[in-house]
Amino acid sequence: MLEAIHDQKLMWLCGGVLCLLVVSTVIGGILKNRRKTDASRSTIDNLNARIRAWWKMCAIFAVSILIGRVGSLVLFGLISFLAMREYMTLVPTRRGDHRTLFWSFFVIMPLQYYLLGIQWYGFFAIMIPVLAFVFVPTRIAISGDTEHFLERAAKIQFGIMVCAYCLSHAPALLLLNISGFEGHDAQLLLYLVIVDQMSDVLQYVWGKLIGRHKIAWRVSPNKTWEGFVGGVLSATALGAALWWATPFTPLQSAGMSFTICILGFCGGLVMSAIKRDIGIKDFGVVIEGHGGILDRIDSLCFAAPIFFHLVRYYFVP
Amino acid sequence: MSDGIHPIASLLAAVARGISGVQVQWAGCQPDEKQRIYFTNHTSHLDFVVLWSALPPEIRARTRPIAAQDYWEESPLRRYLALNVFQAVLIQRGAMAQAKSPEEAHLVGRHLVEQMALAMGEKNSLILFPEGTRGTGERVGPFRGGLYHLALRRPDVELVPAHLENMNRILPKGEVLPVPMLSLLTFGKPLQLEHGEEKDVFLERAREAVSSLRRIGSA
Repeated sequence: MLEAIHDQKLMWLCGGVLCLLVVSTVIGGILKNRRKTDASRSTIDNLNARIRAWWKMCAIFAVSILIGRVGSLVLFGLISFLAMREYMTLVPTRRGDHRTLFWSFFVIMPLQYYLLGIQWYGFFAIMIPVLAFVFVPTRIAISGDTEHFLERAAKIQFGIMVCAYCLSHAPALLLLNISGFEGHDAQLLLYLVIVDQMSDVLQYVWGKLIGRHKIAWRVSPNKTWEGFVGGVLSATALGAALWWATPFTPLQSAGMSFTICILGFCGGLVMSAIKRDIGIKDFGVVIEGHGGILDRIDSLCFAAPIFFHLVRYYFVP
Repeated sequence: MSDGIHPIASLLAAVARGISGVQVQWAGCQPDEKQRIYFTNHTSHLDFVVLWSALPPEIRARTRPIAAQDYWEESPLRRYLALNVFQAVLIQRGAMAQAKSPEEAHLVGRHLVEQMALAMGEKNSLILFPEGTRGTGERVGPFRGGLYHLALRRPDVELVPAHLENMNRILPKGEVLPVPMLSLLTFGKPLQLEHGEEKDVFLERAREAVSSLRRIGSA
């Protein structure tokens, strides 16, 4: 435990994040004093709320990653739980789904992280897409309520897939035995989270600065082409510049980061579509300025499993 | 009753808050130490504990639930929870309906109201579920008369409507294990019984006051 402190590259990554937080807090403070109109005021207040929340999120994340593998598993397990809670609350379910939901929260989701804990990769990979896939509709059918049956089964399975299965692939990076990279897996997890979240942040920043042309205004009014291109390119450049903390060459790192950014965008878009369908803006109110947990990690849910498999396919012998 | 809160009550309140992830909104009034009757929709066993735990501790210590005697005296555990832990006021549900004559029903009703008024005394508040039983959560059911008679008997207390959302999905009637969805508790604007207002009119107005606090459409 705490051996991560002696991992110099990990410390550099954490230090970089800290610098970024300090710089953005200073910029937020300067903007606050220069704001004029009411519209810009609310945007800047929201920006500062987001920055405050980033401090807290980074602190929690840093502590758990420094504790080691168990810390990361517990943190992501908790995030999965809270995200699934937000999701299931807002997705309409019926009385007949009660027991199925209980299983989802207290058996399937914890089991997924337990399997990571005991490093049983084979079972980890099939438990939710195969076993839970069979279990969920069966349990709903046993309850006897057949109204909207397929919708209910699909919605619950989708929630488990996104919140538990997909997200658990982020801490699963700690399980990989990459040759020549032993003992440094935490860097890879940090790399994924930094690139993914910075892609979100940079798309937001570019969008606010020069955003004009909406991508899919019906789904997500704040996503613009300028924000998308600027954000993806700058986050890819950032990811490429972090190659020293990964088993990748700079070019490989750029490719990986680009993939993470694109998938992160897809995750955000899909979750926005779900929110629009239900008729809400955010999944929750837990994180000041950001909305719910699920609003913050939607991009990670799509990026994590594919990044995991890319690394596993190309870098694990 | 004593002013202290039973440790088990505090523990259960913390657990219920954790499970229900309740977000509390004081939309129509603020927490206050004056005597009040909180009345709310009823869909789950968690309702009372969640509402109770949402009150500040000093108010919590003086707020008692009204509960059905037939249900809560059924087993020693229920009895202990109701009487010792939460200091519930147990009343005979449906006693008026069982009365043989209108006179007897009137007497029984008066007794129930007296019992509740006595439990309030000079400083206690009450939590009341005027539907009388747990519903499915689709809509707020019709209110029974107790609230009206109590309002007549104690015109000095504030009647505070409250609405609990999603509790029926967290722990519905007939289930033992909860699903940790998020819930919402909204306190509305206090009501008063208007001079000469008819019972049915008042009860419907009170029901509407609870129902109007609902914010999310149900499944």
